[in-house]
Amino acid sequence: MITFDEVTKRYPDGTVAVDRLSLEAPTGEITVLVGPSGCGKTTSLRMINRMIDASEGRILLDGVPVEGIDPPTLRRGIGYVIQQAGLFPHRKIVDNVATVPYLLGWDRRKARDRAMELLERVGLDPSLAGRYPFQLSGGQQQRVGVARALAADPPVLLMDEPFSAVDPIVRTSLQDELLRLQAELNKTIVFVTHDIDEAIKLGDRVAVLRVGGTLAQLADPKTLLSRPADDFVREFLGHDRGIRRLQFVPTSGLELRTDLAVAPGASGPDGEPWHLALTPEGRPAGWVPRDEPERLERYGTFVLGRDSLRSALDAALLSPSGCAVAVDGDGKVVGVATRDALDRALAEAADG
Amino acid sequence: MSWLTSFLGWLGEFFGDPANWSGPGGIPARLTEHLEFSALALALAVLVAVPVGLAIGHTGRGQLVVVVAANLARALPTLGVLVLFVLLLGTSSIWPVIIPLVLLAVPPILVNTYEGIRGVEPELRDAAYGMGLRGGQVLGQVLVPVALPLILLGLRLSAIQVVATTTVAAYTGLGGLGRYVIDGFATKDYSSVVGGSVLIVAFALVVQAAFTLVQRVTVSPGVSRRLKVRQPPARKENSR
Ligand SMILES: Nc1ncnc2c1ncn2[C@@H]1O[C@H](COP(=O)(O)OP(=O)(O)OP(=O)(O)O)[C@@H](O)[C@H]1O
Ligand SMILES: [Mg+2]
Repeated sequence: MITFDEVTKRYPDGTVAVDRLSLEAPTGEITVLVGPSGCGKTTSLRMINRMIDASEGRILLDGVPVEGIDPPTLRRGIGYVIQQAGLFPHRKIVDNVATVPYLLGWDRRKARDRAMELLERVGLDPSLAGRYPFQLSGGQQQRVGVARALAADPPVLLMDEPFSAVDPIVRTSLQDELLRLQAELNKTIVFVTHDIDEAIKLGDRVAVLRVGGTLAQLADPKTLLSRPADDFVREFLGHDRGIRRLQFVPTSGLELRTDLAVAPGASGPDGEPWHLALTPEGRPAGWVPRDEPERLERYGTFVLGRDSLRSALDAALLSPSGCAVAVDGDGKVVGVATRDALDRALAEAADG
Repeated sequence: MSWLTSFLGWLGEFFGDPANWSGPGGIPARLTEHLEFSALALALAVLVAVPVGLAIGHTGRGQLVVVVAANLARALPTLGVLVLFVLLLGTSSIWPVIIPLVLLAVPPILVNTYEGIRGVEPELRDAAYGMGLRGGQVLGQVLVPVALPLILLGLRLSAIQVVATTTVAAYTGLGGLGRYVIDGFATKDYSSVVGGSVLIVAFALVVQAAFTLVQRVTVSPGVSRRLKVRQPPARKENSR
């Protein structure tokens, strides 16, 4: 666990970047620091591995004040990922990843083996190991940066806008990769971003900072969206806060109709303008309008129980019938959520 | 074409004369002298300028030294300094010549070493510290390898200047290839002048080539970006 205890950072020119910040980053969780530019996110992060020293207050790592630890020793035990990856251009990828193991005096062969293992872990082709950083794309370099931070298996990982310099598609895949890795590794991660969507997607807990370096709110993403502490947080969360909140509402409680999904060749229930035609395997084939039984229209699906109400709503908006198709993990249809059912779920979510 | 025939004639005369290939005035001896003076001056300059340049570049302290050195290098007439030292110290030892050569060689090395280290991207330096490298390790394992092309450029510039100026040093009665040119002019022995000049030019070219080779060998392909993107599979690395 990382503890900020009344931490203040005053730069020599008098700028107060962080002001009496107290917060905890629990072991095995992702704590995201988010806020507008200049609110002291980077400063807060870099005080943990003593790249910057606090002016007042203390930072504790599992109860031990970092100020008592020799900085290089401290840093070798903390993974650090920065925006531009910061790879060493003169070293091959495998040796970049093995940087900290080399520093810790690991046997060369063991360090390289570990590096190769990590390259695969972060989703990189092992054939890239012999390349130099300039021969990699930005997204690949960023993955190498993550692998390098994990190489010596540190319990703590600090990440400063690690994905902000890559395009949105690569960013999404890097975020997913991080969540997948974290599910396996259970590191204590402090993640800095100015992107509230990223914060909500990645954070177990999100700390919103305001300019001047004070904590505006610390909460899990769901609470943050449903109960912002003040106008500043509300504004920072943006206008579609309500919609985004739906991604934390489960679909397991949705009422489903099974009569609207019909086997191949059969006809739909009476009085319904649409029914869902199934394939012989039980997967959706398409929506069939009542008066044109030969037509198949677009449909949208969500995985029941796994996907959120936001996905279900999205699925409903994608099909002309206005209904969302619930499927199981194998893509087989388990039922249909009608507009009425979605409506009731939305009403419940709005109350909650 | 007559100039060419006489040029070739002089060359033949110079290089064909067996007397020019032996003894204290022979080509091997003069070449060795030239090489010794230049190498000694360059080595001393490197010993002074590289550590100072690294230290100033790494710590950011003492940058004034670099500015002064750079300006002095531009302001001082090498030949004047050379003659001054010889007048003051006499010609009984080689130092009156070596010292000005060192003074001449220091600024390019100092300035380029400093600029090379200073010019390394701050993010890279930051990442190195963030990984847990200590100050000396950051310098030795990251800054120097990345700044190496510029450091070597400084060395090459100095080497060329030293080699050229060593030629002029023959005026002071010292040895080296310059003697052929100077003595040749004095005795109107044009084959000696021409042969000496050719040797000097060739020597300078060899020095250049040597530095290019050193650069090839010591600068990481990741820094010089000399590689094509295709690489042999990494497995080779791994199975060692
Ligand atoms: N070395 C420094 N000297 C003086 N002031 C500084 C220094 N570094 C940062 N600051 C100031 O401290 C404040 C916080 O900076 P910090 O870099 O922590 O912000 P940030 O939240 O990471 O911003 P961004 O999202 O733009 O990266 C800013 O006002 C900044 O100008
Ligand atoms: Mg920042």
